[in-house]
Amino acid sequence: MEAEKFRAYQRVEAARAKGRPTGRDYIENLISDFTEFHGDRRFGDDKAIVAGIGRLKNMPVTVIAMDKGRTTKEKVGNNFGSPHPEGYRKALRQMKLAEKFHRPVLCIVDTSGAYPGIGAEERGQGQAIAENLMEMMTLKTPIISLFIGEGGSGGALALAVADRIYMMENAVYSVISPEGCASILWKDAKRMKEAAECLKLTAQDLKELGVADRVISEPEEFKAGSRQAKRVYYTLEDLLYEEFQWAKQRPVEQLLEERYQRFRKF
Amino acid sequence: MYRGLFRKPKNTLEIRDGEMELSRPHIADDAYMKCPDCGRTLYVQDVQDNLDLCPDCGHHFKMKVRRRVEMIADEGTFTELTLKSKNRARAENPIDFPEYEEKLAAAARKSGENEGVLCGTAKIGGLDTCLFVMDMDFMMGSMGTVVGERLTGLFEYAVNRRLPVVGYTVSGGARMQEGILSLMQMAKVSGAVKRHSDAGLLYVVVLTDPTTGGVTASFAMEGDVILAEPGALIGFAGPRVIEQTILQKLPPGFQRAELLLKKGFVDDIVPRKEQKHYLTNLLGLHSDRITI
Repeated sequence: MEAEKFRAYQRVEAARAKGRPTGRDYIENLISDFTEFHGDRRFGDDKAIVAGIGRLKNMPVTVIAMDKGRTTKEKVGNNFGSPHPEGYRKALRQMKLAEKFHRPVLCIVDTSGAYPGIGAEERGQGQAIAENLMEMMTLKTPIISLFIGEGGSGGALALAVADRIYMMENAVYSVISPEGCASILWKDAKRMKEAAECLKLTAQDLKELGVADRVISEPEEFKAGSRQAKRVYYTLEDLLYEEFQWAKQRPVEQLLEERYQRFRKF
Repeated sequence: MYRGLFRKPKNTLEIRDGEMELSRPHIADDAYMKCPDCGRTLYVQDVQDNLDLCPDCGHHFKMKVRRRVEMIADEGTFTELTLKSKNRARAENPIDFPEYEEKLAAAARKSGENEGVLCGTAKIGGLDTCLFVMDMDFMMGSMGTVVGERLTGLFEYAVNRRLPVVGYTVSGGARMQEGILSLMQMAKVSGAVKRHSDAGLLYVVVLTDPTTGGVTASFAMEGDVILAEPGALIGFAGPRVIEQTILQKLPPGFQRAELLLKKGFVDDIVPRKEQKHYLTNLLGLHSDRITI
């Protein structure tokens, strides 16, 4: 009964579950010859975002992935996948290089949100996100954003102004966390299950709203390194490859006009 | 038990019901206000006559949108832009969020406006411009689909007419009640700002107290020139969220316009009384093109 009523929040829990593949897991399984590049050339290197180049099948691609980390040590080092401004600036730097060398861009999104801290604010968290939104809108190369877990508000959108949005079945994408929403609306964070239902944040809801283009089914047990996970990666590899091949053949003006209209319609 | 010991005994002849009320001078509850900066008690009318500034210390109070337009636009030149597009003239409840219609109705009553931003064309110092002013009284100036549509429409109009855009932001961020669709407005408006920018046109934004959340993370930070009012709170995350995350009190002045200036995120801080002159000068400097 309870389960029936709060299906959205079950997705939220699945999206946050321990052992779920992280950004780095996807890179390791989808991309061969991956070479990671560090730093934003302005302040530092944000480990919440992994960026580099590699091959999707035989196609050179730029990959920018949020990574929550697998072990406790990694999680702390990666700030639990909450980027600082330098993370978004590193991402933008790699996107500009992708544009220069005509590589498609794959963004992998998994964050509870951009980090709300003193340093992040002082270094312009808002400005960094805003710049990505503007620049991605006219980046002259195809972009696909794949949501693999949590898509937390502006912090997720900063890697998701894309030609296509793919969402894993249990990924969520929302303007505010269910807990945050409940505490603002009802002054009670414990009513997050109701809030999750109201926010329309599941992959299926987002497909119906036109925010997501494709929902990728997940196996019953979706753990990093499992055989079932491998099958998901194979499917994804084919889908992404075909989509990039198709997008690369489009005249760039048309690609950008469609990207603009993709967001203009909301 | 000693209360009233030295007072003249009352009797029913001296005090009748309601007389006490009448014998006092009548003071309306909203006739006075306190300045949060200098602590002075101020006569509301004095503040209103002074562009909503504290007459003593110059503290910038929030300003009603129409008053802001009057202050900035040349007299009688403002024309509100109405949207042609489909069903976006007024907010609906796109994701059937509980109690949203009631909130919208209450916001409309409070603000006297029908949405959180006023968009139009005007002259500033004799120069044609597009103008938007966000409204704190309408659901904290939050950005939903209508706010996003109006702003996008304004920037697109400005591209077609080759006009600059001057904008005043004030916002609590994205409008939660419209869920992901409010988040999409950040990308949509940013796209329109980018097209306006790529067309070689000027966008000046003035950040007022408070500008936060999704508005900061999009068009508030996308101006060619970014100005701020003195003391304005400007940030991505709200101060309370930060305090809850880092479990510390924030230092005084954090996320204030003065700190942003020091850190390099705003171009200048311009007091309200100087804004019209400042904007006139800026628009003028960008309208005289040298042709080589």
